[in-house]
Amino acid sequence: MRSLWRMKTYLRPYSTRLAVIWAASFLGTGIGIVIPLVGREVVDGPVARGDTAGLLPLALLALALGAVEALLVLVRRRLLADAVIGLETRIRDDLYRHLQRLPMAFHNAWQSGQLLSRATTDLSTIRRFLGFGMLFLVLITVQILTVTVLLLQMHWPLGLLVAASAVPVVVTSLRFERRYIDVSRRVQDQQGDLATVVEESAAGIRTIKAFGRGRHVYDAFDAGAREVYRTAMEKVRLSARFFTFLEVIPNVTLAAVLLLGALAVGSGTLSLGTLVAFTTLMLQLVWPISALGFILAMAQEAMTAADRVMEVMDVEPTIVGGARTVGRPSGHLRFEGAEFRFPGAAEPVLRDVWLEVRPGETVAVVGATGSGKTTLTALVPRLHDVTAGRVTIDGHDVRDLSLPALRSMVATAFEEPTLFSMSVRENLTLGRPDAAEEEIEAALRVAQAEFVHRLPWGLETRIGEQGMSLSGGQRQRLALARAVLSRPRVLVLDDTLSALDVETEALVEEALRHVLRDTTGIVVAHRASTVLIADRVALLSGGTIAHVGRHQELMASVPEYRALLSAGLEEDPDDRGGLDDDFDDDVDAEGALR
Amino acid sequence: MSGQDTADPAGTADPARATDPARATSTAGTAGTAGMVRDWRGVAAEDRDEIPEQVSLLLRDRSRRLLGDLLRPYRRRIAVLVALIVVSNVAALAIPYLVKVGIDAGIPPMAAGEGPAALVTVVAALLTAAVVQAATRRAFLGMSGRIGQRIILELRRRVFRHFQRLSLSFHDDYTSGRVVSRLTSDIDAISEMLQSGFDGLVTAVLTLVGTAAVLLFLDVRLGLVALLPLPVLLLFTRWFRRQSSLAYRRTRETVALVIVHFVESMTGIRAVQAFRGEPRNQEIFSRLNADYRDANVRSMHLIAVFMPGVKLIGNVTTAAVLFYGGLLASGGSVTVGVLAAFLLYLRQFYEPMQEISQFYNTFQSAGAALEKLSGVLEERPAVAEPREPVPLERPAGAIRFEGVEFSYRDGTPVLSRMDLEIPAGQVVALVGATGAGKTTLAKLVARFYDPVAGRVLLDGVDLRDLGEDALRAAVVVVTQENFLFSGTVADNVRFGRPDAAMDEVVEAARSVGAHDFIAALPQGYDTPVGKQGGRLSAGQRQLVAFARAFLADPAVLVLDEATSSLDVPGERLVQRAMRTILSGRTALVIAHRLSTVETADRVLVMDGGTIVEDGPPEALIARAGRFAGLHRAWLDSISDLPRPSG
Ligand SMILES: Nc1ncnc2c1ncn2[C@@H]1O[C@H](COP(=O)(O)OP(=O)(O)OP(=O)(O)O)[C@@H](O)[C@H]1O
Ligand SMILES: Nc1ncnc2c1ncn2[C@@H]1O[C@H](COP(=O)(O)OP(=O)(O)OP(=O)(O)O)[C@@H](O)[C@H]1O
Ligand SMILES: [Mg+2]
Ligand SMILES: [Mg+2]
Repeated sequence: MRSLWRMKTYLRPYSTRLAVIWAASFLGTGIGIVIPLVGREVVDGPVARGDTAGLLPLALLALALGAVEALLVLVRRRLLADAVIGLETRIRDDLYRHLQRLPMAFHNAWQSGQLLSRATTDLSTIRRFLGFGMLFLVLITVQILTVTVLLLQMHWPLGLLVAASAVPVVVTSLRFERRYIDVSRRVQDQQGDLATVVEESAAGIRTIKAFGRGRHVYDAFDAGAREVYRTAMEKVRLSARFFTFLEVIPNVTLAAVLLLGALAVGSGTLSLGTLVAFTTLMLQLVWPISALGFILAMAQEAMTAADRVMEVMDVEPTIVGGARTVGRPSGHLRFEGAEFRFPGAAEPVLRDVWLEVRPGETVAVVGATGSGKTTLTALVPRLHDVTAGRVTIDGHDVRDLSLPALRSMVATAFEEPTLFSMSVRENLTLGRPDAAEEEIEAALRVAQAEFVHRLPWGLETRIGEQGMSLSGGQRQRLALARAVLSRPRVLVLDDTLSALDVETEALVEEALRHVLRDTTGIVVAHRASTVLIADRVALLSGGTIAHVGRHQELMASVPEYRALLSAGLEEDPDDRGGLDDDFDDDVDAEGALR
Repeated sequence: MSGQDTADPAGTADPARATDPARATSTAGTAGTAGMVRDWRGVAAEDRDEIPEQVSLLLRDRSRRLLGDLLRPYRRRIAVLVALIVVSNVAALAIPYLVKVGIDAGIPPMAAGEGPAALVTVVAALLTAAVVQAATRRAFLGMSGRIGQRIILELRRRVFRHFQRLSLSFHDDYTSGRVVSRLTSDIDAISEMLQSGFDGLVTAVLTLVGTAAVLLFLDVRLGLVALLPLPVLLLFTRWFRRQSSLAYRRTRETVALVIVHFVESMTGIRAVQAFRGEPRNQEIFSRLNADYRDANVRSMHLIAVFMPGVKLIGNVTTAAVLFYGGLLASGGSVTVGVLAAFLLYLRQFYEPMQEISQFYNTFQSAGAALEKLSGVLEERPAVAEPREPVPLERPAGAIRFEGVEFSYRDGTPVLSRMDLEIPAGQVVALVGATGAGKTTLAKLVARFYDPVAGRVLLDGVDLRDLGEDALRAAVVVVTQENFLFSGTVADNVRFGRPDAAMDEVVEAARSVGAHDFIAALPQGYDTPVGKQGGRLSAGQRQLVAFARAFLADPAVLVLDEATSSLDVPGERLVQRAMRTILSGRTALVIAHRLSTVETADRVLVMDGGTIVEDGPPEALIARAGRFAGLHRAWLDSISDLPRPSG
């Protein structure tokens, strides 16, 4: 209930309209009651007197009232539609905004199907209740109360009997409510899980087809769908019982009233006319009470839906920016005793990492599979936050910088290209929406990604989900161009040349050398050729930077490093011979900063 | 030699290309982004969500057929349901009548001192009616709920299965977001219809028909006046149907776009945050969300006209009857009693209309959803199952390409007339510049797509004649982009062969060198890999995908860049494993790192969609052609000498 109540702030802009809606609803209901009275007037007046002239005004009155009633319904529906759809839209916008601010840790833990079902199904449920159920709930409650008060006035002992019948209704409603909240929440959660299965089965369709595992995946979906079915059936049974109960109670009470009333008439304590009036009026309670069940169910679904939405909205973004910006950043990057531990993990992935990358310098990070290279690079743009120690840029702790300031200084080409099913241009300019045409060209040239011009619609071509209508190497180069285009002070390349053939790779490396000349660079690499773009190499081992030095130095002195980078050569002894001789020529003059 | 994407025939004359600008602008125009937000979606060969108006009739037919199909198994039960509602209604209507009887016939005897026997009888009857009403209603609610849920379950299953059956060419541009939206939000719309008072509808129709008969019976003239507006009502309903089906279709389409964008940006949130894409994304999302809002508002406004419109028609009729009936009654040609009854019944006649129009509205909304779903269900897989699959007893794994040509949807030729013969058991390395068409060739071997011309044969059988199961058992691909499903590491390895025992899983992992890291995970093989394998590093994911393929144990194994993210020792381990694992299998190994070539019997060099060199590795190296150059460049790249620049 509280979650739903909290959404009222979204209705604030519509407060006058809401007032009009309420007024229109009550007025409309009133007119609905008055119209039959005009009919009585006609029968009692003109018809009884045979006065045809008096007929017309009354008929016109009925017409006018009828028109007004319809008009009021129109006004109510229109305004209400605007208000509740507006509310739904704004909550969805806010939810999306909030989700974009939540850190990677959150997104790793939450399935997107669950998030999606909150942003769509749940919000619609809330909208439906607010747009229809709530108004009815109030109107019906008012109607029930009014009728009950009238009954009490008419004949209090019988009235009391009717009022007493409210007790079982309330008691069962409360019991029902508890159980219904439980199942409707379960249905919603299970539907979210089902959405996740669907999403995975669509995103992973290539893998599924590659192994011919359609049936396997179908079974998983079917299990989920059947679970939803079972819970939904539980809901059906529960509500069937409750709804029926709500219909039985007024009817049984009616029987009791008839019996006792007739006895009272027989003993003379009640007039026959009153009994007739009493039962007629009581019949008017039957429908509202039975409708109550349906609307209460709707309300509970809306509440659990609101809980689910608020559950996400209440997650505090743990990674928020500081206030500081850097005037003219130079990109001096330092890891100072950085430690990182994934939430819930026993051991830190990184510990006590010390590394300095000076402006314009490029450091290669080398380490075995799963040693924490990607994690290390994620600490710089604060996709994850260190759990101890700190990372600084130009002397500022990255946590003190505002997020836009920080993230405009750092750009990463990820190991998975992470593209979107939008135009090539949109993908490229993700980090620089205002990039000029020449800059785009230049970035494409660096990444050797000019192939985009040869796509059917050039830069406007849509590239499919995850860039799937491109080849593996094309995707990777596009992601690289995107990182280069955002002209960062710190450029992070996370194994971004792995899908390129050696010739293209050489061309890209050559071009990157120019870019990296005046950018601070971190290059994660598995291959010696890529390592050579860097001035220095840091060996990541055992969760920390074990060695830093120039490539040849490490080759010569660190067996672990040699094992990581000198593959294949064993089988090619001829090529190995010449290595050690040209030791010094290859050290870039600029690179020897230390 | 330049490592360009020679596969893209940049300058070649392509007739389709000439018309592109026109196509491009028209499609971009319909994307509905007026000024404010720059178009982001880009242009694709076909935009799926735009349906020309003319086909809308056809669509209705199609979705009606689907609905009929779904309801057919329940024909008998639906008849029972109707019977239940009728009984329940009769019982409900009997209650006020019994009250009247109780008062009229139960009280006078008591007053006359004859005891309450008559009254008690009536009260007993009343209670019976109440019980009957309750029992039938409960039976109805339970039964209709079950039927509704069964239909939803069936629909979910069908649509899901069909999505799985559809080929990659379909999925290439349908996007997973749209799949999700079909299976969530469209299903929701239908389930809303199935839940929303079917009983109300039947009751309303019954009341309507009954009351009409009573009206005509009471007085023909007045009855005709009362029923006169019916044609108007029909016209009005038709107007509403036309308008609302457009509006609801728009709702379905806009919500799908919202979902597509939502899913995609949540999947790629890492890049969004790192590149500060949030404001731009928000702009796009708000825009889509506003489109959805407008569509919703449009349909709600239509109802806001339709419902009071129906009410207005009813009220005008009431006024007319009041006037005409008053005239007739004054003239004495109808009795006052008839007029009074008429007014009462008239209200009963137009009241259910509201109920019907409410239902009609959810029906329209569900209709739009059904239309989308039936559209998916009618989509035929481009890569179709053969009518009579050729059995393949023990696949040997010989592959043959005969004059194969291929292009993707956009029509740009990717493979041009390829003839290729790979004998069973041969290990072939496929190398070439990026974008040369290597993956495409692999996809054809796995029959992800069918060639545009020519044919691909496995052991002499056209792939198009092989059943899905036989083909997948024989050919397995490790795709360039490996996908892990949420579940444990073991689940993911077992994806290669779901019935594999745990020790087989471990064995497969061990053979590719994945065992060590898996064993070191907190729960070993039972560690959940997280959303799309996010719990693992890129190399670890690749190892798991590799183990999965080895577990599958196919006759033909296609490895597309399956070691690209591994560190060198890891790669070497895999290579060593491959030597034993690939023996006796046909293998197609695509790799930029030519270390793989050492395990190969034969090398194919691709360039621009054709095979330009073919032979055993040593021979090719000796020949000083394309491959020799690649090989030299590769040796340079793994040596740690800086390359000669320029
Ligand atoms: N969400 C997570 N929770 C717990 N552990 C994780 C999580 N994500 C990654 N890890 C673990 O952290 C370690 C480092 O992962 P990371 O992705 O940084 O490796 P990497 O060095 O980039 O490897 P690769 O070369 O394969 O890309 C891995 O062993 C991985 O299993
Ligand atoms: N689904 C698709 N739709 C349209 N075009 C595609 C699709 N997939 C690939 N292409 C295009 O076909 C050509 C060949 O792609 P392919 O994936 O076969 O290259 P590749 O040789 O595997 O390259 P890489 O080494 O980079 O993986 C490329 O120009 C690519 O843009
Ligand atoms: Mg990594
Ligand atoms: Mg490829």
